[in-house]
Order: sequence, then C-alpha cells, then structure tokens
Amino acid sequence: MTNLALIATLLMIMALAYHLGLTRSRAVAAEHDVRMHSRPGYYGALVALWCGLPALALFLLWSFLAPQLIDMLVIQQLPADLVAGMSDRELATFLRRVTALANERSVSGGGSSEELAAAAHMARLQTFENLSLVALMAVFAVAGLVYARRNISPHWRARNQVELVITIALAASSGIAIFTTVGIVLSMLGETLKFFTFISPAEFFLGTTWNPRFSTSGTDAQGEFGLLPLLWGTMMVSAIALLIAIPVGLMTAIYMAEYAPPWLRNVAKPIIEILAGIPTIVYGFFALIVIGPFLSSFGDLIGINIRTTSALTAGLVMGIMIIPFVSSLSDDIITQVPKSLRDGALGLGATKSETIRQVVLPAALPGIVGAFLLAASRAIGETMIVVLAAGNNPVLHANPFEAVSTITVTIVNQLTGDMDFASPQSLVAFALGLTLFVITLGLNVIALVVVRKFRQQYE
Amino acid sequence: MSMTIEQRRQHRLMTIEKSLAKRHRKENRFRRLGLAAVMTGMTLVAILFVSILMRGVPAFWQATFFMDLYFDPEVIQLEEKPERASGESQSEFNERFSAWQTQAGLVNWQSLIDRALEDKLDEDIEPSQLRDLRALLASNERFTLRNKFMDDPSVLGQTVEVKMLASANVDVWIKGNINRDLADARQQLSAQTRAWADQLYDEGIIRNAFSTALFLNMDSRSSPASAGLAGAFMGSLFMMIIVIMLSVPLGVASAVYLEEFAPKNRLTDIIEININNLAAVPSIVFGLLGASIFIGYLGLPLSAPIVGGLVLTLMTLPTIIIATRASLRSIPASIRQAALGIGASKVQTVFHHVLPIALPGILTGSILGVAQALGETAPLLLIGMNAFVANVPSTPFEQSAALPVQIYLWQGNELRNFFEARTSAAIIVLLALMLSLNALAIWLRKKFETRW
Amino acid sequence: MNTSAQPNMPSSMVSVGGGESRKSKSTGNVKMSAKDVKVFYGDAQAINGIDIDIYENEVLAFIGPSGCGKSTFLRCLNRMNDTIDICRVEGQITLDQKDIYAPDRDVVLLRAQVGIVFQKPNPFPKSIYENIAYGPRLHGLAKRKAELDDIVESSLRRAGLWEEVKDRLDQPGTGLSGGQQQRLCIARTIAVSPDIILMDEPCSALDPIATGKIEQLIDELSESYTIVMVTHNMQQAARVADRTAFFHMGDLIEVNSTDAIFTNPHNQRTHDYITGRFG
Repeated sequence: MTNLALIATLLMIMALAYHLGLTRSRAVAAEHDVRMHSRPGYYGALVALWCGLPALALFLLWSFLAPQLIDMLVIQQLPADLVAGMSDRELATFLRRVTALANERSVSGGGSSEELAAAAHMARLQTFENLSLVALMAVFAVAGLVYARRNISPHWRARNQVELVITIALAASSGIAIFTTVGIVLSMLGETLKFFTFISPAEFFLGTTWNPRFSTSGTDAQGEFGLLPLLWGTMMVSAIALLIAIPVGLMTAIYMAEYAPPWLRNVAKPIIEILAGIPTIVYGFFALIVIGPFLSSFGDLIGINIRTTSALTAGLVMGIMIIPFVSSLSDDIITQVPKSLRDGALGLGATKSETIRQVVLPAALPGIVGAFLLAASRAIGETMIVVLAAGNNPVLHANPFEAVSTITVTIVNQLTGDMDFASPQSLVAFALGLTLFVITLGLNVIALVVVRKFRQQYE
Repeated sequence: MSMTIEQRRQHRLMTIEKSLAKRHRKENRFRRLGLAAVMTGMTLVAILFVSILMRGVPAFWQATFFMDLYFDPEVIQLEEKPERASGESQSEFNERFSAWQTQAGLVNWQSLIDRALEDKLDEDIEPSQLRDLRALLASNERFTLRNKFMDDPSVLGQTVEVKMLASANVDVWIKGNINRDLADARQQLSAQTRAWADQLYDEGIIRNAFSTALFLNMDSRSSPASAGLAGAFMGSLFMMIIVIMLSVPLGVASAVYLEEFAPKNRLTDIIEININNLAAVPSIVFGLLGASIFIGYLGLPLSAPIVGGLVLTLMTLPTIIIATRASLRSIPASIRQAALGIGASKVQTVFHHVLPIALPGILTGSILGVAQALGETAPLLLIGMNAFVANVPSTPFEQSAALPVQIYLWQGNELRNFFEARTSAAIIVLLALMLSLNALAIWLRKKFETRW
Repeated sequence: MNTSAQPNMPSSMVSVGGGESRKSKSTGNVKMSAKDVKVFYGDAQAINGIDIDIYENEVLAFIGPSGCGKSTFLRCLNRMNDTIDICRVEGQITLDQKDIYAPDRDVVLLRAQVGIVFQKPNPFPKSIYENIAYGPRLHGLAKRKAELDDIVESSLRRAGLWEEVKDRLDQPGTGLSGGQQQRLCIARTIAVSPDIILMDEPCSALDPIATGKIEQLIDELSESYTIVMVTHNMQQAARVADRTAFFHMGDLIEVNSTDAIFTNPHNQRTHDYITGRFG
C-alpha cells in the first residue's frame, strides 16, 4: 500500500470515527436524559482525533526509522568480506543502488549479483515492513476509536479537549518559523564548519584573492577562497543602489504622503505596490539588455570606458528595484507622524517644506533609518540582478565602471552544476551564505527594533 | 512692555516679508523635487515595461510556413493505424500501437518537407544545398508533421496545407533582428538560405503568424524556434499548489496563535522578531537551506518542484503570517468581547467570528505572498532547477523547470538575437500572471475594505 | 484710531470692566472681522454664515456643544483649514481690514501674525530650547545667538515656564508634564510675537491645577495679545473671557459680554445650553 493510500484510508476511518462518536453521544444523552457537557460534534471530533492521531504518529515515526532499520538488516546479511572491503562512501552508494533495484528502478550498468541478492532481500523486508505498518496502524486506529467511544459520557469535556488539540496545533505551526531559522543556521553552520576543515577561517575572512579553481584533479590544488573581493563587490553594488533608491524613494514617499492629491495617491500606491512585486529576474534582464548597453554607449560618448555588465549597471537597476520598497516603507512611517506635529509647525507659519524637513522628517528619522537598513539588507541579499548584470569579476578594485562579483553571485556560481557536499568549492557557498545571513540578520534586527520603538512612540 | 511688543511685531513683519520670496522659492523647489522623484520612478518603470513589451510582443508572432504538402504514400509506407479489436486486451493493443508509433518514427518525414519546399521554390535542389534548405524550418517540425499524420492518417496521398514554424534564424532574418548588411561570414544563415527565405516571404509562403508554440511546447535546445514554456508552466504550477497548500494553512494557524492565543512574553517576542526577520532574509539563503536539508539531508530529488515548493513555502510563510496578523489586529476587540460575552469559548470566538471577518485580508496577503513566490528565481537555482529539462512533469517529484528559471536559462542562450525576444515574451507571460494575481488581491482588498 | 469700528461695537462692551472677575484690556479696535463665513467639508456645510468682530487685546471665548463648528471657525482665522483637502471657506475674514483669504495674501505671514495653540499639547520632538527657537529661526527673527537666547528666555518667562525649565533647556520638550507642555506650546507661539493667539480647547487635556496656570497665563497675555479661545468648559469661559460667543449647529447664535451671556442670554438656545438642558 502506498503512503498516500494509507493516509487516505486513515482519513476515511477518521470520518467514520467522527460519525460514530457523534451518534454515540446523542445516544448517551437520550439514554440518561441529561445534557452533555459539549455539543455532539465535539464528541465526534474527539473520537476521530483519538482514532487518527496515534496512528498518524506511529506512521511518522515508522517512516523515519524503518528505512534505516532495513538498511542495517541488509548490511548484516551481506557477506562480511564484501562489507569490510568498502569505505563508508562506497557502502552508501551500494545501498543506494540496492534500494533502487529493490524498488524496481534501473541502475546504471545493471546490478552485480551481490547487489541483486541484497535487493531481493531488501524487497522481502520492505514487504514485511509495509504489512506490519498497515496492521499496527489499524490496531492503533481501532483501539483509539473504541477507547474514546466508550468514554463518551455527559461529564467528558470533549470541547475543552478538542480545543486543546487545536491550540497545540496552532502553537506548533508558529514554531515552524523558529524551526526555519534554526534550520537555516544549523544547516549552514554545519556545512561551513566542514568548509573550515579545508580552509582556515582567517584565510576565508581576510583573504584578498578569490580563485576557487574548479579542479577535480586533487585536493592539493585547492584554490584561494578570500571573502574580501566578494564583500567589497557586494558593498559597492549595494552602495550604488542605495545612493539611487534612498533619495528617489524618500522624495517619492514625501511627495505621496504630503503633496499628492488623493486621486494620485489612490492611483500611485497600488502601482508602487505592484512594482515592488516584479520578480528580480525581470530587473536583471532589463539591466542586461537595456541599461547596460545604454550606460556603455553613454560612457563612450563622454569618453569613459563603462562595461556593459558592471557594478554601475547592477547597482543602478537594483536601485530602481528598491525605490518602491524604500518609498512604501517611508510612506508608512511618514504618515504615522501625528498630524498635530505638522499643525504645530504650520501654525507657527512654517511652509510645507519647512514643516516636512524640520519637523516631520526629524520626528520620523528613526523609522526612516530603519527603512533604509531594511533596504540595505535587501540590496546586499539581492541575487538575480547581480548574477545577470554585475559581470562576475571577483577582484578587488574601486572602479564602479568595471565588472565585480558579489557574495550572492558566488553562491550561485559555486552551487549550481554538480552538487558535491564534500569539496570546498561547493561548501564555500554555505560559508558565504552564513556570512550573508549574519550581515542581513544584523541589519534586519536593528531595523526592526528601531522601527518598533518608533511605532510605539506614536501609538 | 507693550511698546517692545509693538516694536517686535513691526520688526518681525518686515523681516518675514523680506525673506518670504526666498522661502517660497525653496518651497517650490522642494515640491518640484518630490514630483521629479515620482516622475523619475515612473519613467524608469515605464522604460522597463516599454522595452520589454517592445522586444517581447513581436515574439508571440513567429515566421511561419503556410504551404501545401503532399503526404506521399511512397514515403509514408505504414500499416493502417491500429484500432482496438474486440477481445483484445489493453496491453496487447498498447503493444501493437507502440510498434506502429515506432514505425511512424522511422518514416523520412524530412524528405516530405524538403520536397514541398523544392516545389515552392521552383528549383531543383542539389544534395549539397540540402543543408541550406533545411535551415529554413525549425528542426522539430518533422515531428510536428509526424504527429499530425498520426492523429489523422486519412491525409495519406493528399495534398494538405500545413503550418510549420520557420527556424529561429529565419525568424530573426525576416524580422530584421540581425543587421542584413553584415558580411556573409558573420551572418547566421548562408546566402542561399537568406535568398530563399526572402523569396518565400515575398510569395507569402512565410508569414508572421501568431504562434502557440511558446505556450504549448516544451523547452528545446535543438529547435529553438519551437521552444516553449509548457514544462516551466507546469513546474511553477506544481510549486504554487504546494506553496498554497502548505503556507496558507500553516501561516494562518501560526498568525492566529500568535495574535489570539499566545501569552505576551519573551518567547512570543522572540518569535515575532524572528518572523519579521525571516521576511527580510535574502531568498538565496532559503535556497541554501533547501540544498542542504531537503536535498543533502532528506535526499529529495534535484530539480523537482516538490523541493522548490517546500523552499518557497518556507519563504512565503512569514509574508502570510505578517499579513494575517495585521488583518486580525484590525478587528476591534468588541467583536471578540461580544462572542465571549455570550459564552463562546476562545477557540469558537476565533473560528466563528474573528477569522471570517479577517478572511479578505488573509486572502489578499496570501495572494501577494504566492505572487512573490511565483517570481522567485535565486533559491530555485540552488536546488538544481536550472537544469535543462525537455519534458512536461506529470508529478511534483519529476525534474522540471519553472517560469522564472526558464527566463534565466533563455536569457543566457547563445542565440541572442532570437532569445532576447523570446525571453521578453516569457517575461510578459510571467508578469501577466503576477499582475493578475496582484490585481486580484488589490480588488479583493478594495471590495471587502472595512473601516471600524 | 479705527473709528469705523466703533459703531459696530456692541453696547455690552462698554459695561465690561464692571465685571467682578476680570478687567478687559481691550482697546476697542476691531482686530479681526468675519463676514458671512461659510465652511464646507466636501458637500457638507459645517458653518452657515457667521459674522463677528474680534477686538484688539480682548479675550473672546467660543462655546457650544460638540460639533457646533466653533473649532472649525477658529481654524479659519489663521487658515489652518487649508491643510484639509476637502475643506472650503466662503465669505470674508479680515485682519486689520485686509482680507486673509485674498489670493495675494501670504499664509506664512498670516500665521506669524495669528498664532495657534492646539487642544493636545504638541511639542516638537526636539529640546525645549529648540521648540521655542523654532519659530524665530524659521522667520529669521534673530540675527545672533544672543538674540535668540533672549527671545527664548523672554517667551518662556511670559509663559511662566522659565523657572521650571531654565536648567534643562537641552532636554526634550516631550519629557515635560502635560501642563508644562501646553505652556511650552504657548511660549513657542509667543516667541514669534503674533498679534492674535488662537487657542483650541487648550486645557481639555490638562488637570485642574495645570488648567489654572494656563488660565492665569491667558489673563496675563491679554495685556498685549488678542486671544480667541474655544472651550468646552463654561466656567472657564466665565473666568477668563471678556466676551463669549455661543455656537450651535454651525450658526453663531449669540455673542455678548461674558457677564451678559451667562446672566442674561437673549436667545433661548443659549439659555438652554448654559443651564445644562443640552450640550
């Protein structure tokens, strides 16, 4: 029985259990002529939960443990000399091939006789495992159902128990966010530590040369993994982007919040929102086919050599991308500054712009700084625009008209193609990712705390 | 005292009057600066849209051959298309049918095309010119012909008008997307082929016609003119289904917990900051998480929509949580108090009264989150979705492309002057999908907007 | 001077001074004058045509039930209503016989002459010093730092706040108590030496002691300023105002000396309101 069918069957049994619980609670109520603690639906739901949850838990535990157990049993019955002659890695490959054979998938080069024998053994074990799982689940489901149904009585607080389960489920969902963060940190930390067994942290963080050398020839020629050129490129592109996005975005927000007539606001706000949602790959393509060539020929015109793909191209387009982000964040912040402050300044005879520059903006400053930090974090983590338009040239230089490379570009370069979690060439992507995560985390947390403080001030 | 005030007032009026003109100039300058910023933003965006539309829209029309083609029985030596006989089992029939299919595959369909072209050109084609001749049509078109025949074998022995895509290079040449004055050596087509293409175009055999290839075909390397988005579309569809099925319930559940049930303490504070931070974590980091956990640790297949869907789910989750919380927060406490006051439990209050009111907001936030996930590219590159996949996946566990990744792949294709337009067309398709999702969200919000 | 205003002067003006609570410092010159002022919010009419004269150095109180238009009308006097997009003002309001809604009239200059203090104290999120210095600096009223210091000190002194804050001028104005904040806002307004100070329920957010201080301050300020205040509190009007105007449903029902309004209202509605029948 496939897993899907198993779960579907379980769900059907749960539906049945619900119905049984429902009718039983009505019968109990009629029999004793009393009011039950909860409405019949809750008894039904509770019986269904008793029936389904233990079986489901068993299923999850089983699917996690059974394959490992089977692998162990298969290895145990292999000829001892065969196992002894294999490294851990070869053994893993062997098992993978056997698993494929056992599930009637073909493997490259057919299968050796040992592999076929092991596969047959594995297939037998799997059949047995499958049958016992089905049987056990059936027992669990029926036992739960019978137990819960018997227990139905006027005093049983079915609603409270169902609601407890619901609350626990809700709480568990909110834990996923935490698990995601923990997962990000742990997975990247693990791979990064592996990476540091090849390259020392000092070499990575302080190295000024990036030349990972995609050689498979051996481990002695490892290449150089200096972070600094990438970090520098990231900073350069982000700085150019912010240089464009912050003034334009902020002035847009000010105009929208303070000057624009209501109709313009109503039209422009959704447009800005939609712009913020345009995929970055589109901006990247735009950079590549429009902005890059334009800048390059503009450079020719004024006698500067600007490469088509350069820090400037990527930064400029990234700036365009971030404008709506900066402006809608700043707009939110500016409109939160209370009207009474504006009235105070206007009442003294300040012009509108004086009010904005001297009263509104200073009052909104913490929030706006927070918005800028979030924008910076976004620029630093942006990938597709730089992949397409920055030119991938991991060299330390200060010329914005030249190609650069960034952390994100390098992650993509190192991790696309063959994914080999054992070479420093792949693992460095995780070290870079962790660096990126830490930088953006710092910016985000500062920004979020600052913005939150600001909001509380005017709430 | 009164005198000093009077003096001050006089002095003040004069002083202010003197500086007024300057202050108003400043005011106007500031206002114009703001307007200029808005205009700059709008102009840049207009340039973006116009340049992509200008490049992309013509790509929906492709140079297409409309010509009579003789289904020559001499060439097509095939048994009749098998029909399922009574008493025959499905597997027996399938075997017979696939044998017929294999046979059909062996027919020299190309020669039919060659002959039809020869006819149209009214020339005898030397064998040495065959290469130039075949450069006219998309190389996949012989399969199109085969499929056409297999669908309807009654055309055998007849002359039928067929519609076939010109090759990418002919398309480029006809549309003038390559400099026609370039030297022979730098042209993509031989002089002979170019001459033929022009001749056929003048005769109306080659026309620019709306092509469904972009929507219905799979990606193709050998025949770029017929490369399409079908595979990428399915891949994206699978991922979006996974994202919707996982992130919406999970996101809403955790938002409901945090907003309605959770005690306000340090832990929930940390969860809150954590969620807001996750919403701002670069998408590529989620790709790394997917590569390391889903592929490296759990052993899920590379390039599969299931992995992409899971990664995008984790990425979309914070967006949905934040939107749902905002929506829940905007519901006045009086609604909750009213329900609690008549004896509903907290869970009942939330599920019967609060959630239905918050639904439009939740829906809007979810749609926006899903739209964002639809356009996300970077994390998909890290889980191997940039591999070339030439078939349409039928389950989320098969290798597949995705719309944004297809755009990434096409923009990098060496046949620049053809794929620039095709990539733009793909972008138009993607943007159209996203903008309709966004428009839907905005419309929903406007329709159900409630002011308390 | 300004003899033309004299005939319009209500007879009750003359009797003011005989009042037991306070003595009017009014010179009897018409400072501001409103003729048939109507205010609309979009299509809704909030003010239905108001005529009133405001005399130099008097304290004039606007009373009336909520939503009667008294605050709206007050804000028309220095065109604060300009900041509300849908708000439209018709009719004529003059300051020193000059129309303040004339197209060539500069609103910046007008607001420097007609200052306003709001219901809720709204100090800028700056230091106490900067709060006071903001207006003079804005209008370029002080050439040197010493001059500015002088203005700040005298304004704070006039607002009765100097002794309380002189040692912490560099602290944020938002850190003061509510009453102090409101006096800070008054000081901020008098730092630009306006002719008229409008006060929109200046004490409604304050406790009785702080209210007492503000009322005392109003009395002192009327020495050299014309003060128009909106108040919800009839006792306050009785305590501080020379004249009181009663608004109802966008109409000015009655304006007279405070004594006359409270002891002998001419209009039935005024009588009902003052005796607590509605409001």
